[in-house]
Amino acid sequence: MTAAWRQPLALIVPLLLLAGWWASTHNDPYGLIPPPGAVGTEMWDLAFGGINDDAFSGVLLRNLVASALRVYGGFALAAVLALPIGMMIGRIRIVRELLDPSFQLLRPVPVTAWLPLSMILFGLGPRSAFFLVALGAFYPILVNTIFGVRSVEPRLFEAAAMLGASRASMFPKVVLPAALPGMFTGLRLGLGFAWVVIVVGEMTGVSTGLGAMIMDGRQLSRTDVVICGMVTIGLAGFLSDIAVQALGRRLLRWSPQHGA
Amino acid sequence: MAPDTPTPDALVRIEAVSKHFVAPDGSEIEALRAADLAIAAGSFVCLIGASGCGKSTLLRIVGGFETPSTGRVLMAGKPVLGPGPDRGMVFQDYGLFPWLTVRQNVAFGPAARGLKKAEVHAIAARFVDMIGLARFADAYPHQLSGGMKQRVAIARVLAYDARLALMDEPFGALDAMTRERLQNELLDLWARTGLTVIFVTHAIEEAILLADRVVAMSPGPGRIVADIPIELPRPRDVSSPAFNDLRRSLAGLLHGEPAIRMAA
Repeated sequence: MTAAWRQPLALIVPLLLLAGWWASTHNDPYGLIPPPGAVGTEMWDLAFGGINDDAFSGVLLRNLVASALRVYGGFALAAVLALPIGMMIGRIRIVRELLDPSFQLLRPVPVTAWLPLSMILFGLGPRSAFFLVALGAFYPILVNTIFGVRSVEPRLFEAAAMLGASRASMFPKVVLPAALPGMFTGLRLGLGFAWVVIVVGEMTGVSTGLGAMIMDGRQLSRTDVVICGMVTIGLAGFLSDIAVQALGRRLLRWSPQHGA
Repeated sequence: MAPDTPTPDALVRIEAVSKHFVAPDGSEIEALRAADLAIAAGSFVCLIGASGCGKSTLLRIVGGFETPSTGRVLMAGKPVLGPGPDRGMVFQDYGLFPWLTVRQNVAFGPAARGLKKAEVHAIAARFVDMIGLARFADAYPHQLSGGMKQRVAIARVLAYDARLALMDEPFGALDAMTRERLQNELLDLWARTGLTVIFVTHAIEEAILLADRVVAMSPGPGRIVADIPIELPRPRDVSSPAFNDLRRSLAGLLHGEPAIRMAA
């Protein structure tokens, strides 16, 4: 997957999209969608300022950092909760019977549907966005952790028992390493989802963050700002995924699905 | 040899072991009926028979992975209650830990026994050397061929000082050349270490090539039908007339001719 984006073939579709965008906007100065060049200029101004000197000049980094902190904070909270709960649901029957039905029932509720309730519970502001991100990242991590710890090959328990591993050491010596690829997949999906949810979380009642910047752009009919926000979120999520994958390749060298 | 003859130096004693399974449709399957077997220390015993004859079930009961419905298994005089390091199993699908390197897989047993790090390391190095995989000591299982994986599985059992190796069609998934090489390596290890081996196979030639004693089993219900000592001198020549005679009589026995009780 990472090898793919280095290949020239992968550039064809983005370049075609860019060309189509340019062709349909470049000679229409009153259109609602600005041409790529104008968005590029605005991106520079958002990042470094010095061109337009308006409310959006040089604010990109501040908003990016605000969003990233919420994404990684919410993601970390989700991981800290979902990993142990998932392991317990997967391995301990009584915990599974106690918790699994409730989670199955709550899981189909879209994160966006939680928005009004979360604003009541956590107030207007960043805490609500943080909650939504954590909630959005929680389920993929939970589901994949449960799957990971439940799908350990029975043969490996037999092998470990035969080699003198005690019952107590089965968890750290067999279940945990065998479940790592599943957990890792969950963490990767969860982080990706966190970047999706952050925009929704920041669209109401939050003054910083890329989601807030996009909403401000929308209200002021600054479509160039909106597109810059979209591009930034896309890039941030993409780079964040590459970092996670690189980490996975290091930690899961033994797994044919992950190892380099 | 009659199955109930007392063997004073038997390492493994299988006493009236039977096993019933309940099939998914609720009917009961008799996988093994009243098996008796005494296995002397240092011997190489092959269990042979068609699928469904209970040979793997019997092996898994000796390993402690299944509990018998009736009867019991004694290992060095003590009843078998579960898997244990005195009985090392070599599975057909290897059962290696995919997240551990060759060296770490071999070290798993000694480490679980609580030996000191330096000792564990030395034991692992010795057995990785013994199976000729020193160059692959830091490779992961998915990077190895089937033959290499099975060598690691054998080394893992030896590294724990298992006195009894239980091998469930260990070479069944390998190509013919690799199988032949591993058979010879196994015989070599067996001769050098004084290990006791119970080896399950459905290949007649493999059984006669390897074993001191071939225990033939038959399905429906699974039971022991013959117990044949193989007294051919080693190394054995698969093309010799004596080898072929044995192969023919064993084939006749397994393919449903009236049970021939061969006198030793």
